[in-house]
Amino acid sequence: MKLDTSGLESFAPHRGDLDDISCDLSAPPSFDLPGCDDFDGFQKKAIQMVKPAKGTTTLAFIFKEASQTVKKVIEINPYMLGTMAGGAADCQFWHRNLGIKCRLHELANKRRISVTGASKLLANILYSYRGMGLSVGTMIAGWDETGPGLYYVDSEGGRLKGKRFSVGSGSPYAYGVLDSGYQYEMSIEEAAELARRAIYHATFRDGASGGVASVYYVGPDGWKKLSGDDVGELHYKYYPVVAPPAEQEMAEAAA
Amino acid sequence: MECVFGLVGDGFVVIASDTSAVHSILVHKSNEDKVMILDSHKLLGVSGEAGDRAQFTEYIQKNVHLYQFRNGIPLTTAAAANFTRGELATALRKNPYFVNILLAGYDKDIGPSLYYVDYIATLHKVDKGAFGYGSYFALSMMDRHYHSGMSLSDAVDLVDKCIAEIRTRLVVAPPNFVIKVVDKDGAREFAWRESISSA
Repeated sequence: MKLDTSGLESFAPHRGDLDDISCDLSAPPSFDLPGCDDFDGFQKKAIQMVKPAKGTTTLAFIFKEASQTVKKVIEINPYMLGTMAGGAADCQFWHRNLGIKCRLHELANKRRISVTGASKLLANILYSYRGMGLSVGTMIAGWDETGPGLYYVDSEGGRLKGKRFSVGSGSPYAYGVLDSGYQYEMSIEEAAELARRAIYHATFRDGASGGVASVYYVGPDGWKKLSGDDVGELHYKYYPVVAPPAEQEMAEAAA
Repeated sequence: MECVFGLVGDGFVVIASDTSAVHSILVHKSNEDKVMILDSHKLLGVSGEAGDRAQFTEYIQKNVHLYQFRNGIPLTTAAAANFTRGELATALRKNPYFVNILLAGYDKDIGPSLYYVDYIATLHKVDKGAFGYGSYFALSMMDRHYHSGMSLSDAVDLVDKCIAEIRTRLVVAPPNFVIKVVDKDGAREFAWRESISSA
């Protein structure tokens, strides 16, 4: 299928590559459309794929087996993850920067940096830029010599150590599910499901959060991505559509 | 929201503080210890912006330690309080730290003392002091029930009275508190008063 755009052009018709033998120079300018039946659907999907994320829900918690992180996750190194809420560019940039600093620490000291140390590196940087417009709300989750570690760090310079956190516009909703379902004694599967459920319910209520709920697990051997589910699909998994009972039924009139 | 208060008793000082880490409507943590053990015989109870609190108190602590390493004797409580005030005053016209401080200490020759230092670098030596929304209740409570030469159990009872009043009257009352004591045997955590389990 080809779309004729000749009506849009005034002059200088667009020419294909010179070595493109099939290109007919005299033909009106045109370009290929994606070979699919549902063009609108394709376009929607393509936009969805590259759409900049606005709202966010992230959470992380420590439990018996290790720590669990969800959505918008930046992989700092094989043993450490950062979550991203607030300004996406700020988060991404400073996490990359933190990744570099952590690697340099590793090369200089022949051992991996502790989660405490890494989170403090980030907190000190953010504190030094305080009031200058940075917007970062992040959790640093990882495994070091002392076991699992989880810190909340933000652009106001705050840094908190804890067992569970949630950050972002949907975080109050996520806390609701997370707090009621959290126990320290949990299997990896239970923990993953709790994390997924908390994110799903947050995306359901928070208009700005949505997309994919990714679940990561950090254990003694580093992090592993457990799942990445479209929250729309999760909705129909958790709440399958049931046909509403008919209020009235048309009955055959008695002859 | 934010309650730090303390009082001087017979041979000791007690400081109590809430332990909530709040961001707008969210309580991110309810067991955040805001009373730092500055050195062996000093306590630093701090309220204020989260980032400033951590950065400033740690800065003071490291410098107090540095003084001791260099000179072999610790700073007196008065000296530490004046140093803290000085740092706040210097920062005030550059990039101020939004922190209010109660500095408690015990010196061999002087005994227990409590200093009030606020974010605009006011320094007062006091018998009792308080910061934050809880201070409206704690101050009057301590004015009414405080007397000089209180025993530790009397002082802790008074602290508990203040906590009870804050919990009943303050809309944004924090759930948990920590109580710390400094006396001739040093600075130490005394007790926690928790009404919800720590997240």
